[in-house]
Amino acid sequence: MKPFDLQRADSLTHASQLCSERNAKPIGGGANLVDLLKLEVERPDRLVDINRLPIAGIERMDDGGLRIGALASNTAVAVDDDVRSQWPVLSRAILAGATQQLRNRATTGGNLCQRTRCYYFTNIDQPCNKRAPGSGCGAIDGVARLHAVLGTSDQCIATYPGDMAVALSALDAQVEIASANDRHRTVPVREFHRLPGDTPWKDNVLEQGEVITAVTLPKPVSGRQIYRKVRERSSYAFALVSVAAIIDMADGLITRADLAFGGLAHKPWHDPRIAEALIGKSPHEALFDKAADILLEDAQGYGENDFKIPLALRTLKAVLAEATGVQL
Amino acid sequence: MTVHFKQDEPDTRNLLDQGSQGVIGTAMSRPEGLAKVTGTAPYSAEYRFDDCLVGVLVTAPFTKGRITGIDKETALAMDGVVAVIDDSRMTARPAQGGAGEAPQQSPRQICYYGQPFALVVATSFEKARHAAKHLPFSYEADDVSDIPLDPETAETEAGDGGMQAGDLAHAMATAEHAVDVSYTTMGHASAAMEPHAAIAQWDGGRLTVHASLQMPNYNISELADALDLTEDKVRIVSRYVGGGFGSKLGLSEETTAAALAAMELGKPVKVVMSRQQVFQSIMRRSESSQRVRLAVDAEGRLTGFGHEARVSNLPGEEFAEPVLQSSAFLYAGENRLLALDVARIHQMTAGSVRAPGEAIGMPVLEAAMDCLAEEAGIDPVELRLRNIPEKDPGKGLPFTTHELADCLKKGAEAFGWDSGPRKPRQNRDGEWWIGTGMASAARVHNVAEAKARVTLNADGTARVQSDMTDIGTGTYAILTQIAAEMLGLDPANVMVELGDTDFPRGPGSGGSWGAVSIGSAVVIACDAIRQSLAKKAGIDADDLKLKDGKLQGSQPRSLSELLDGGNMSEEGHYEPGDISDDYTSSSFGAFFAQVRVNRHTGETRVDRMLGAFGFGRVLNEKTARSQCLGGMVWCIGSALTEALHFDPVDGHLVNCDLAEYHVPVHRDVPDLEVMLVESRDPAASAVQGKGVGELGMCGGAGAIANAVYNACGARLFEFPMTPDKVLADMPD
Repeated sequence: MKPFDLQRADSLTHASQLCSERNAKPIGGGANLVDLLKLEVERPDRLVDINRLPIAGIERMDDGGLRIGALASNTAVAVDDDVRSQWPVLSRAILAGATQQLRNRATTGGNLCQRTRCYYFTNIDQPCNKRAPGSGCGAIDGVARLHAVLGTSDQCIATYPGDMAVALSALDAQVEIASANDRHRTVPVREFHRLPGDTPWKDNVLEQGEVITAVTLPKPVSGRQIYRKVRERSSYAFALVSVAAIIDMADGLITRADLAFGGLAHKPWHDPRIAEALIGKSPHEALFDKAADILLEDAQGYGENDFKIPLALRTLKAVLAEATGVQL
Repeated sequence: MTVHFKQDEPDTRNLLDQGSQGVIGTAMSRPEGLAKVTGTAPYSAEYRFDDCLVGVLVTAPFTKGRITGIDKETALAMDGVVAVIDDSRMTARPAQGGAGEAPQQSPRQICYYGQPFALVVATSFEKARHAAKHLPFSYEADDVSDIPLDPETAETEAGDGGMQAGDLAHAMATAEHAVDVSYTTMGHASAAMEPHAAIAQWDGGRLTVHASLQMPNYNISELADALDLTEDKVRIVSRYVGGGFGSKLGLSEETTAAALAAMELGKPVKVVMSRQQVFQSIMRRSESSQRVRLAVDAEGRLTGFGHEARVSNLPGEEFAEPVLQSSAFLYAGENRLLALDVARIHQMTAGSVRAPGEAIGMPVLEAAMDCLAEEAGIDPVELRLRNIPEKDPGKGLPFTTHELADCLKKGAEAFGWDSGPRKPRQNRDGEWWIGTGMASAARVHNVAEAKARVTLNADGTARVQSDMTDIGTGTYAILTQIAAEMLGLDPANVMVELGDTDFPRGPGSGGSWGAVSIGSAVVIACDAIRQSLAKKAGIDADDLKLKDGKLQGSQPRSLSELLDGGNMSEEGHYEPGDISDDYTSSSFGAFFAQVRVNRHTGETRVDRMLGAFGFGRVLNEKTARSQCLGGMVWCIGSALTEALHFDPVDGHLVNCDLAEYHVPVHRDVPDLEVMLVESRDPAASAVQGKGVGELGMCGGAGAIANAVYNACGARLFEFPMTPDKVLADMPD
């Protein structure tokens, strides 16, 4: 672990200020960051402890939505009565991730910022354009079993590993961000994470000095909410493929189809064309195949992860069938 | 006094059944259990010594080549760094189990990615770790394209365990039914919960090392040899070991490094491997490719039996995963062919990982037997029952006790096995295909030389001492029970002291031989004490009835009266004799599993699993059962999830922690049922018992594989059976 300077922020402004100087990083629960510090994958000069900031609350908003403070633990969000009854896909996604012990530590903001578990990213003796720009990608010709099939680049095929953000993407949640000089901005979760492109070291749109303060959920919508995570073992494993879905029907027709996918890309994957193809249609298997075709038309496997393409197709169809009552 | 018993023939005295205390075999809880769960049982890295320095190993970030220079000055200038140890006596790989001599000691010659070659010692762990990461060194690495990494294409050598009898090809060609199937299994990690750790102290004349090791009786020779010391100058203490699984059978790199640093610096030095270092530099179980050929006549009796395997190891390592070990005797068939090849590749050392051989050989054999049962149209349990040989078909020797038929029948009944016609894809629960499968279990029985000292004190307490270890298996409990039973004492009055080479040499924990070997030594010592007590009491030893600290009879006499205020101490010495020339001995069992396979995603979960196990005497029902349960959890892991993944370019292990190497989690493990089918096996040991430590994982992955096929129709030939493989083969 590289020696670092530890500062405790006593206000948001202070936190943004501390984070904008030197090579600083905010630390909440540290569930992912501390591991990476030990491996020296992360080598900040300064850690800014934001745990005393008053941003751990979960509160209903006037418009019926929900504001989840960036420091609200994964456990607190998953067991929140409002979340469980109104936005159950979020609770289910969180509970599908990590372990109880990790969820007790992990924060909402930190979870959004967790880094890929690509084997080559976490081994500092291996090439990785994300960790060491220009060093190459060990995964493309290496063990790529868990890697992305959508939105990859020749620089990086890593996946975003989380579950919570997949549900937030389906829910079209917003990320509230503070920065120095009391500037605030709001970014949709769907635009928060990036594709690797030529700058794979940038996981998301946060700039130096910016701190996530909250995630907001739009007001509840009707429909079935499903989070389905496919994995080798039934807990404490990252998704091979996951699907978050909010599907509503009226008069035998699909009226809502908010879908997001995990395990397939460098970000929670959302493709608005899928909803367009489904809405207004009567559900049946061929329609589901069409949705899957849209999802996967540009999918590219890297050998070991080729299986994710048919697996994503099958998982999407299973979720749509479950949500609409169609027998496959 | 030492009492020596060499077992050249069955020991029909059955001494343990002559005790009167009534504690042997009971489900007594571990006497050290409270200390363990309250964190007061010290594991090796937890001893506190003044001025203890901390060392962190530096490992090679390349696969093969040479370290040409180490810039110690730069490291020594870093905060808190005291020394950089690059002694040529550092060990470069772990010793194989039972080696008794130092493993390879050319740390600068790198043979595998992650090989330790230096130790940075500092005043704190954090400082040592940081300096170890930034120790400048130069190296010459071989071109990766010139390094053999793929067992498929690497050069091979013949390994042990091959045999040929009759004409297998002819038997196959003329069989009523035959199968010829090939499988692959991926490598397994041996990582235990407690990482490899050692604290070494040097007082100028003698070295004391607290280390996490399974076999101090061999490790003392290995360490002394590595350091050019005589054994009387070395003491190893391993009182508690947080899991072994084979990974701590031999001396490993951290112990040698800690010892060298302590000797050079004159202060205690602690070295604990990181989880990644444990994965990268400690024993792996070799991957394998296996071919099984089975031929039966019209009645389903085997006429031909072939099992060939290819495993791998580093050049120069003698160990070859003994895949065929139980195939040699489990089933009949006069035309036999067994052959083992070892590919020479540059991955970390392959060695004994829990149930070496059977752990991967038995699941493959049992999966092939399932193919044969289908081909021949015979119930899988019945097929096995028809092929239990009268004698070891290879050696022609009789078996000691043979529990396979009993376990198959009792297990099938308890599980509710349906012996009717079997066809896949018959049961569905929503999205899930449900199916069942079964397999036999077998694990060769081993015993090892063992010594233990037993002292009976006048106050009615007894002390048992040996350098034998308890690696979580229950040694403290069973030795307490054996001494209590033999000497007629409340177990609370028996103190067992283990894991210290200043005590008599035990057998070490490995190969499932620990309990029966050290147990035999304790029985022998206690029997000698009983003889002396009988003499003092003026009665025949056979009439000696000891219970609750008293000599029972018409006029009970206390032990203190008998001992006249003194104590009695005897060393029991058990030695395996020529009996293995006369018998083949194995523990046996049967597994039954029900699984569910998701028809959309190929995810497989075990619904329930039952194991019936026969291994002679049960010394402690709770610890024996726990061993079986643990083994069955390994079955689930090796069937469905566990696999070491190596980079195809430079051969480094990529999934080197417990987040990415997938052992089963609680949710993967259903209610497991264990049946203990008890007997007495006088030819196996002086406690009439056989090994049980590894039996629970010898074949069960095959039962799960067979259940996967029965559930969803995917007949897979690759372990582990992850969703991608299931999906690729599952009919629509």
